[in-house]
Amino acid sequence: MVRYIVRRLLQLIPTLFGLSLLLFAWLHSLPGGPEAALLDVRATADTRAQVRRSLGLDEPLWIQYGRFMKRLAQLDLGDSFSTGTPVVEEFGRRFPATVELTVAAMILAIGLGIPLGYLAARRHGRLLDILTVSGSLLGICIPIFFLGFLLKALLAVKLGWFPSLGRQTPGLDATRVTGFYVLDGVLTREFDASWDALKHLVLPGIALASIPFAIIVRMTRASVLEVLGEDYVRTAEAKGLRESTVRRRHVLRNAMLPVATSIGLLTGGLLSGAVLTETVFAFGGIGSFLAEAISNRDYPVLMGFIMIIAVLYVLINLAVDLSYSLLDPRVRVR
Amino acid sequence: MKSRKLRGLLALASVTVLALGTAACAKSDRDDGGSGDKDTFVFGTPGSPKSLDPSLATDGETFRVTRQVFETLLKHEPGGTKIVPSLAESYEQSPDGLIWTFNLRSGVKFHDGEAFNAAAVCKNYERWYNWTGTYQNTNFSSYWQELFGGFAKNEDAKTPAANFKSCAPQGDLKVVITVDHYSATLPGAFTHASLGLHSPKAIEKYTAEGNPTGEAGKFNYPAFSQTAGTVAGTGPFKYANWDKGAQEVTLEAFDGYWGSPKAGVKKLVMKTIKDANAGRQALQSGDIQGYDLVAPADVSPLKDAGYQVPTRGVFNLLYLGMQQEAEPLLQKKEVREAIAHAIDKQSIVTSKLPPGAKAADQFMPDTVEGYSTTVPKYDYNPEKAKELLKGAGADKLSIDFCYPTEVSRPYMPSPPEIFEILKANLQAAGITVNDKPMKWAPDYLDATDAGKCPLYIIGWTGDYNEAYNFIGTWFAVYDGGWGFKNEKLFADMATVSKEPDKAKRIELYKALNDEIMTYLPGVPLTSSPPSMAFAPNVNPPTTSPLTQENFAEVSYK
Repeated sequence: MVRYIVRRLLQLIPTLFGLSLLLFAWLHSLPGGPEAALLDVRATADTRAQVRRSLGLDEPLWIQYGRFMKRLAQLDLGDSFSTGTPVVEEFGRRFPATVELTVAAMILAIGLGIPLGYLAARRHGRLLDILTVSGSLLGICIPIFFLGFLLKALLAVKLGWFPSLGRQTPGLDATRVTGFYVLDGVLTREFDASWDALKHLVLPGIALASIPFAIIVRMTRASVLEVLGEDYVRTAEAKGLRESTVRRRHVLRNAMLPVATSIGLLTGGLLSGAVLTETVFAFGGIGSFLAEAISNRDYPVLMGFIMIIAVLYVLINLAVDLSYSLLDPRVRVR
Repeated sequence: MKSRKLRGLLALASVTVLALGTAACAKSDRDDGGSGDKDTFVFGTPGSPKSLDPSLATDGETFRVTRQVFETLLKHEPGGTKIVPSLAESYEQSPDGLIWTFNLRSGVKFHDGEAFNAAAVCKNYERWYNWTGTYQNTNFSSYWQELFGGFAKNEDAKTPAANFKSCAPQGDLKVVITVDHYSATLPGAFTHASLGLHSPKAIEKYTAEGNPTGEAGKFNYPAFSQTAGTVAGTGPFKYANWDKGAQEVTLEAFDGYWGSPKAGVKKLVMKTIKDANAGRQALQSGDIQGYDLVAPADVSPLKDAGYQVPTRGVFNLLYLGMQQEAEPLLQKKEVREAIAHAIDKQSIVTSKLPPGAKAADQFMPDTVEGYSTTVPKYDYNPEKAKELLKGAGADKLSIDFCYPTEVSRPYMPSPPEIFEILKANLQAAGITVNDKPMKWAPDYLDATDAGKCPLYIIGWTGDYNEAYNFIGTWFAVYDGGWGFKNEKLFADMATVSKEPDKAKRIELYKALNDEIMTYLPGVPLTSSPPSMAFAPNVNPPTTSPLTQENFAEVSYK
């Protein structure tokens, strides 16, 4: 098991190296440069050249790449061109927002998706099944920015139940410890701040959950339907086992295997930043910052963030693979 | 029959729904301390500041925040463009425009308790003038260089020569600033947000921190400019916190403020909300109490719903740029004139801009001193445009037209929609238009600057009330964006920029506007007043055409 984990982690090195090369080549092939975003519209060509020089962008690409790799080896991802702050600091500042949002969305998606998917399979072909299938289709089809707009119009503007944007009410003066606002409130016993942060998570959480929810519902439903028709289920029923035991031990456990994989992948996807949701709800996570970095041609942020996200993605996949052995004793990690 | 598992799953779903429901109904103790109370005012801004020290910045979002914290020697009158005293009670300029004497206000304190006096003013000017190393980079000192030239010791051959000569205190409350030659940036420079005055004690701390590293491939702002604590001005608000993750700058009322009005709220939060729709919904749901750059389509609905939507006076200009090297036919005056006659500016004003917008007939709005009433006019006349094109042998003109996407500027709320009108106008005059949509930054800015766009739309919001801030920007020297060399025009621009007598300068500007519009390098299109929106229970600040609102005026009704 340990050897397996070490081997998987070592595989990260060539992956990251390849990724860094590709990313570097792609970013520097984009037209324009960061100076346009840094300078005033009226800056002269000389000024622009001076800024490029000061950022080291006038040097040959291989020297720039070499410098990036040298710093990377020292775990230094450089400083953002647009904010002048170390990339790691920028990531650390925004990642908790993205994690909180991801967790909220996944709790909603899993908490509603698995029960509904299971029920739909049990009521195969009946009204609940049809409603669930078409409802989940809607979840995939509806653009997130539109859903966000509708949610806000109804639940924030009209009914005033939830705040329409941000992570916490401005001016609340909550104490920050970890950057995870909900957790911070609990740690510092400022439960009202925690509650406030929780309320801010609801609308973006629903918007972001719409797609994972739809996928989880459909995967659970399909998977349960498939397992229900398996011989071992029939055998278990024929043995006279109680229905609840059959459902729990034989149906759900087997049906959850592909669902668990997709949950892992979906979580990884959400953690790499939800550009639209974060922008529509001014949530300040890594997704909206990445989108901004692309228009600012903020190379260090783009390189750094994407490399960190790649590492996280590999780690999450590893965790999913390891969880297989817990769900299914037949799968042994070697 | 239901299994226990099924019940469990149903319970899980119910708990999720229940949690959502209770979150909606519950009320926290601390809500009263947030934006729901009458001590805190939250204002939505379309972008984030870059630095708490205005001298290191060039962008309006930084200045919007720093203007509440710092004051300058002079300022623009509230709601207008006239230059009036601020930290200086009065000032005199020598006839040659080289010596500027300021009589300072007494009893003014900085946020850190230091006294404001002549020595403090000079400490600021000397800080800028003596910048070395990375501070001489335009990343940090762009506006100082534009307003006062270079430094005591320039370290780069391309840095302009210093125009600032000296700052000398005469007693405690009188200061004399001397420049090398008169420049049309004066006295406007003394109002400029980037030259807001810092506490001498804070400046010593900045110096102690040393210069930003300036290591190749790295770019960082000095630490003092990124967190509240060190930076101190004399304004009605002081910095309390900059939460970069939440994209919020929190300012606190400064009890020791000398002037009037003192801050009308205890806390002012500037929160970045990039999306205009999100801004409107946040205002409607009570999460914020005001925001800037209201989309033109939202102005009437918000007003109808009882919100206040004050509109600024116009102080910007949108124009159609023409690059004569990218399309040689544009070198013919008849072709440029034909394009000017082809465009229906009024239809842009009526259909795409907020109320109060105006069609432009020269390269500055009529609020700037030096605006001319005698410029040649090019009325909307598609038939005349066709004739002119035919006469110039350009009746089959096919031209690339660049426009930016995904951007909204105060002078052009929706560039693609404005482009569509212009395109239809030009095609009606027989010109074939090839669409070249581009992302604003860096693609569009780079392409227009490098002279790759024969036709393009762009604009400018004035920094201060000096015509040179508009026309000097574009027509003082050869510019890649226009691609023409008109030596007479360049020489006339040089003359006006050296004229220290304001009355004479204004006459020269008027003549220059006539000269520019006779030559017709491009087509001035419109000036539009950006709108702000405020909750019904708020007393909003006086709108400023220069977007220099003073948020100390904000209070709750």
